[in-house]
Amino acid sequence: MSTEYNGYITTERIEGATDGPLVDATVAVKDNISTEGVRTTCGSAMLEDYVPPYDATVVERLKAAGATIPGKTNMDEFGMGTTTETSAFGPTENPVAEGHVPGGSSGGSAAVVAAGDADMALGTDTGGSVRAPAAFCGVVGIKPTYGLVSRYGVVAYANSLEQVGPIAPTVEEAAQLLEVIAGPDPSDATVRDATEERGADAYDYTGAADGDVDGLDIGIPMELLDGADEQVTEVFWDAIDDLEAQGASYHEVDLECLRYAVEAYYVTAMSEASSNLARFDGVRYGQSGGYDGNWNETFARAREEGFGEEVKSRILLGTYALSAGYHDKYYKKAQDARAWIKRDINDALDDADVLASPTMPVPPMEMGESLEDPLKMYLADANTTPVNLANLPAISVPAGETGDGLPVGLQLVGPAFGEKEIIRAGSALA
Amino acid sequence: MTAQAVETEDLATVIGLEVHVQLETDTKIFCSCSTDVGDDEPNTHTCPVCLGLPGALPVLNEGAVEAAVKVGKAIDATIPEETTFHRKNYYYPDLPKNFQITQYGAPICQEGELEFSVEGERRAVDVRRAHLEEDPGSLQHKGGSIDTADYTLVDYNRAGTPLMEIVTKPDFRAPSEVRAFLAKLTEVLEYLGIFDATRDGSLRVDANLSIVDGSEVAEDGAVDRDVLEDANRTEVKNISSHKGAEKALAYEETRQKNAIQRGRVVEQETRHWDESKGVTLSMRSKEEEKDYRYFREADLPVLRVSDWKERIDIPELPDARRERFRTEYGLDDESADKLTSTKEVADFFEDVAEQFDPGLAATWVADELLGELNYRDMQIADVSGRFDEIERLVELVATDEITTKNARETVLREMLDDGDSPDDIVEREGLGKTSGDEIQSAVVEAIDENPDAVEDYHDGEGGAINFLVGQVMQKTGGSADPGDVNQLLRDELEG
Ligand SMILES: [Zn+2]
Repeated sequence: MSTEYNGYITTERIEGATDGPLVDATVAVKDNISTEGVRTTCGSAMLEDYVPPYDATVVERLKAAGATIPGKTNMDEFGMGTTTETSAFGPTENPVAEGHVPGGSSGGSAAVVAAGDADMALGTDTGGSVRAPAAFCGVVGIKPTYGLVSRYGVVAYANSLEQVGPIAPTVEEAAQLLEVIAGPDPSDATVRDATEERGADAYDYTGAADGDVDGLDIGIPMELLDGADEQVTEVFWDAIDDLEAQGASYHEVDLECLRYAVEAYYVTAMSEASSNLARFDGVRYGQSGGYDGNWNETFARAREEGFGEEVKSRILLGTYALSAGYHDKYYKKAQDARAWIKRDINDALDDADVLASPTMPVPPMEMGESLEDPLKMYLADANTTPVNLANLPAISVPAGETGDGLPVGLQLVGPAFGEKEIIRAGSALA
Repeated sequence: MTAQAVETEDLATVIGLEVHVQLETDTKIFCSCSTDVGDDEPNTHTCPVCLGLPGALPVLNEGAVEAAVKVGKAIDATIPEETTFHRKNYYYPDLPKNFQITQYGAPICQEGELEFSVEGERRAVDVRRAHLEEDPGSLQHKGGSIDTADYTLVDYNRAGTPLMEIVTKPDFRAPSEVRAFLAKLTEVLEYLGIFDATRDGSLRVDANLSIVDGSEVAEDGAVDRDVLEDANRTEVKNISSHKGAEKALAYEETRQKNAIQRGRVVEQETRHWDESKGVTLSMRSKEEEKDYRYFREADLPVLRVSDWKERIDIPELPDARRERFRTEYGLDDESADKLTSTKEVADFFEDVAEQFDPGLAATWVADELLGELNYRDMQIADVSGRFDEIERLVELVATDEITTKNARETVLREMLDDGDSPDDIVEREGLGKTSGDEIQSAVVEAIDENPDAVEDYHDGEGGAINFLVGQVMQKTGGSADPGDVNQLLRDELEG
């Protein structure tokens, strides 16, 4: 079941249990999430033939819930991109906006859901990789609180930032999928028990999708509207008006720290990536053997040939940021900025139930456009990256379209383990 | 520049250690694979975590943390409120992830101390830090070294074995001190039940050695940090035993002193100890400072260890036990030292002392058993399965069933040489003490058969009684007690 828009890398079906809450559903899985016996490429030539001997915890949970996995979805190589154009298996096209990117890095997951080729999908979100494609493809995407969902079996890009998140046509379906994958896992020491934070019904996300926003207090960080496209801003305020009409109220918030989020994010993510991707050295993955020279030169050749340009540049920058003499100037500074962002966003959430902004400051780019201008692509992450730096949950819901019919998403950010708040608020719109 | 010859006696040696010990835990440090690898097939004790497969995550083994806390308590180290893990990034073919999970900023043990005796003197060396980390896999080079082999095979069975790296201050002034320190360290670790010296690769030592001017060493042995930084030092790797450490460092000490005496500069470099040749060899001539790009391992949350310190008890350590043996059993220093040399010896001694007389137990364990083992180049561990038999031997002596002489010179030696049980040996050699009746009749016989000796006895000739004792001993095959025989003869002759 290959798709014209290139949503899947592999379309091998994986059957789940014969009953369970997802028994009638197909759930596509991003290709950086390990599936036992089915190749897991991360969109990279390096892992073109890599077949994991084990299932990621979230895949085990999908199978136990009765879901059928129709295939593994296309993505930016190792999650490094915002447009799903850096995949070694070719770019994915936006199925609802011809000639435009689907967003990334979970572009394949959002595209197959938007095109109706899967009922739902799992993505991973390191700096917006679930929310960006959800916004660009006009579907719902949730980035959970860091520590809500197990990362065991999820191939790491930046392990202090990322979470697995659901993508679905409606908030209720996304909530149902989150309910299946969330919760403690003895194989991931960073997962916490949400009931300890939020009480016995902490995981009742489906029940929270009741659309009740009466009395909801929304904070709007004006920094996240500053650089936004005019049409995007217009659609955003229309959606806020809609929520107001249903009983919510809003106030403006000043969050100076957000101006540093993109830089702090990229330094952190690239540093971690330089270490996480070090294992791909040709010994067990990628091309190996036949090279001249010692082991060190062989490693270098295997990495030179196996990785794409964007991955190589991020590994090099990350290595640089961690190196002696630069560590304090880059990596440490980024961690200081992260602590500051975390503190200030949490403070803002003391005075608001949720924070709202456009998910993406721009509508979907044309294909090829951002490959020529990587900085433009990095800046498109301005609104999503602070959420990962602060370990918080966020949802992207369809807010409307631009005059050209391009989807625009609204992002709602909640307090730690406040998934129910953002699901409730988001369900008033989709 | 003219060479400045320096007299050897004006030079002082400064040594610091990084000791890696494998901790004895049932499972690896970050996964549930067994550490009991032995000679099993390569790559049979592996899982996604210790293979470093994409997506696998480490989960800290509490057993390894417990072992580390025990070490901390034993060396009187500070155990912080919280401890964290870092990644040490470097590429090497035996490293599954091309980074090693270790500890950097907040090691589990900080600022400890270990006391030991060397040449009859007490010394203490400061331990700067001791931290937990994972062992890499092991490499087999086919047809040469890593640089010349046709190909290299990787075995990940060892990958993820918990290691503790113990870093000392440069407090050692002689190779003999290093040996004594390592012996004491492994003794303590064995007492704690977290170390198995017989395991291949369980002890790995890197030593830094530099030579400074003797006048720079203060009265208390301290050497100024600046002086040390100015002195070129070599790092000696591939040391795997106490004895090897002493030999390697003695070689390196002489090599550096000779160079300085001849006015040559000692290269700052890493050297490899070649145990078979007994020399250190230069590994890389110009090694640049390694940059490991340490940063926090986010997959392992901050670990609060302050309450572990209270919760975890450690057994009585060698020094305390030695002292107790002196007071409780009235042992002299030498016996107390011998009997606490390993936990196994000390435990066995106490077991024997409880059943029989402590003095007898000390003689039999410290002098007879350890002496005979030493003579045969055997360890206590070689007979740990036969403690019952050794106890039986002591019992035969304690109950006067055999003579001390026979027990020592025949039974114990044959036990160790042939592996037979003491009762079998006594039976075979006819060493059972002869009964009182048999001795009595031998006494009467000896008197009847030797009227001349009897007459000499009555004439007051001292040698006569000894002659008669010898006759009785002959008749009883040496199994009678000579003192008893002497008395019986006198009673018979006087009566
Ligand atoms: Zn394992």
